[in-house]
Amino acid sequence: MKVLAAVKRVVDYNVKVRVKSDGSGVELNNVKMSINPFDEIAVEEAIRLKEAGNASEVVVVSIGSSKSEETLRSALAMGADRGVLVDTGDTNIEPLAVAKLLKKVVEQEDPGLVILGKQAIDDDCNQTGQMLAALLGWAQGTFASDVEVVNATSAKVTREVDGGLQKVLLKLPAVVTSDLRLNEPRYASLPNIMKAKKKPVAKPTLADLGLSEADIAPRLEVIETRAPETRSAGIKVASVTELVEKLKHEAGVL
Amino acid sequence: MTTLLIADHDNTRLSSHTAKALTASSKLGEVHLLVAGHNISAVANEAAQLTGVSKVLLVDHPELNHQLAESMASTILALAKDYSAIVAAATTTGKSILPRVAAQLDVMQLSEIIEVVSEDTFKRPIYAGNAIQTVRSRDAVKVITVRTASFDSAAMTGSAPIEPIDAVTGEKRSAHLADQLSTSDRPELASAKIVISGGRALGSAEKFNEVILPVADKLGAAVGASRAAVDSGYAPNDWQVGQTGKVVSPELYIACGISGAIQHLAGMKDSKVIVAINSDEEAPIFQLADYQLVADLFEALPELERSL
Ligand SMILES: Cc1cc2nc3c(=O)[nH]c(=O)nc-3n(C[C@H](O)[C@H](O)[C@H](O)COP(=O)(O)OP(=O)(O)OC[C@H]3O[C@@H](n4cnc5c(N)ncnc54)[C@H](O)[C@@H]3O)c2cc1C
Repeated sequence: MKVLAAVKRVVDYNVKVRVKSDGSGVELNNVKMSINPFDEIAVEEAIRLKEAGNASEVVVVSIGSSKSEETLRSALAMGADRGVLVDTGDTNIEPLAVAKLLKKVVEQEDPGLVILGKQAIDDDCNQTGQMLAALLGWAQGTFASDVEVVNATSAKVTREVDGGLQKVLLKLPAVVTSDLRLNEPRYASLPNIMKAKKKPVAKPTLADLGLSEADIAPRLEVIETRAPETRSAGIKVASVTELVEKLKHEAGVL
Repeated sequence: MTTLLIADHDNTRLSSHTAKALTASSKLGEVHLLVAGHNISAVANEAAQLTGVSKVLLVDHPELNHQLAESMASTILALAKDYSAIVAAATTTGKSILPRVAAQLDVMQLSEIIEVVSEDTFKRPIYAGNAIQTVRSRDAVKVITVRTASFDSAAMTGSAPIEPIDAVTGEKRSAHLADQLSTSDRPELASAKIVISGGRALGSAEKFNEVILPVADKLGAAVGASRAAVDSGYAPNDWQVGQTGKVVSPELYIACGISGAIQHLAGMKDSKVIVAINSDEEAPIFQLADYQLVADLFEALPELERSL
């Protein structure tokens, strides 16, 4: 069984993003970019499935600008076998369009399992995996904290849900989206980073995938992007007694 | 222009999310509420009382017992043609189901809206809430999840008719195996007036329970945690507050031994009053705390418990 993992290049999670004053978006120039942390977990899970003998090959896919090749290389350095880059240029590409593109890649690659991060930390949409599963007519296991491939036709997934944990059985092929506690991704070693440079990365065009620009055009118009309201600075309290007194009489919340 | 709102419930009770998502939905016009599950007449009766719901659609089917996304999405899709918007609270259930519906309708979902600007324009946070986007949808049907912490609850003065309809669950591709749900007498994180959260500083599950829980009990508070505390096994996953956990906006949020990473702040910075207790004067959490106590939490919390 082949496993496909999808990765997105996003602003590094340590960066505090700055909103442009003209409302046109967030500052992306000279900002550190990395693999979306949830996708890194997805790649790690795919590699572990291969190491455990449950997968024959790990293919990583990225959709975005040509710079997403760096993101693919970092996934290849972790241990993925080969990459697929769908270069959609610098235009913003929405989850629905990503799901449509991934569907085409899935149809060509025929994996038994597709693993994606549950959300990207830039747009925080939390949609792509579910959309892909729907377009393929497949089962989904979202927010996974454990994945167990039972056999070629089924997998058990533990999901982190609002009330605790939920375990489901999925018919394969299926889509899984990773939550934070699925695993702890490995660091790529220097030799593996070097090796990753030579691993194959296919670059199909939209036409190769049987899609047109219109199929992936944005549906949402971003009118403006603003910084959130900031909270005014608070005060230091010297003791627990003072804290309780303030909460009771100043804030009125006790 | 009718909106189909998907009720959030556990087959027994309507969750507090539904009444909040209703407030957002009502801004779009008339609302029908879909209660889908199994043995759910009590939930439907409760739902009928929500002010602003003109009709409750009741779909009772064993396959919907756990509201798995595949069968829920099929059920919703069978109804979709009559609606101009399909809305759910951004709970783990809503977040799993609605993108499936959106994809099959070929529309882009609007995730976790925090404001309805007009029928087609909404505000939603991006980058862990460090930016707020105003977006307009050009799609014929709007598929929306609502960040309920940003909306008040609708009242319960209504008496909408309940109309039973057939389930369309589709091909069965997934099955429920087991739940491991946290049970507690404490208020739920999502609806609690007071939340007290613990971070990595707690050091162990024993200490977390020993130091945080007594204060929570005195305050009648819900308990939250940082990702570090959950990852380390000090607290269960459903207590995590943040960008990728729960988003809360209580009257009072008390952060104990939490540094204030942006991912944590994303889940609590809209709380009305924020208290931070941290031994490090420089901890970033202090930058947005209304009341800042620089102290060792192992001393401060027992003292707080005694003084309540
Ligand atoms: C993709 C992604 C998603 C994430 N999502 C979330 C999320 O949803 N929620 C979340 O919380 N985090 C999330 N994180 C993690 C986040 O970045 C931080 O790592 C995490 O919030 C840190 O937890 P903490 O504050 O408990 O630990 P630390 O940062 O280690 O802080 C511990 C604090 O305790 C203080 N302290 C130590 N001893 C004492 C004492 N005796 N008394 C008082 N104070 C003391 C220290 O001064 C320090 O400030 C996410 C990270 C990533 C990459």
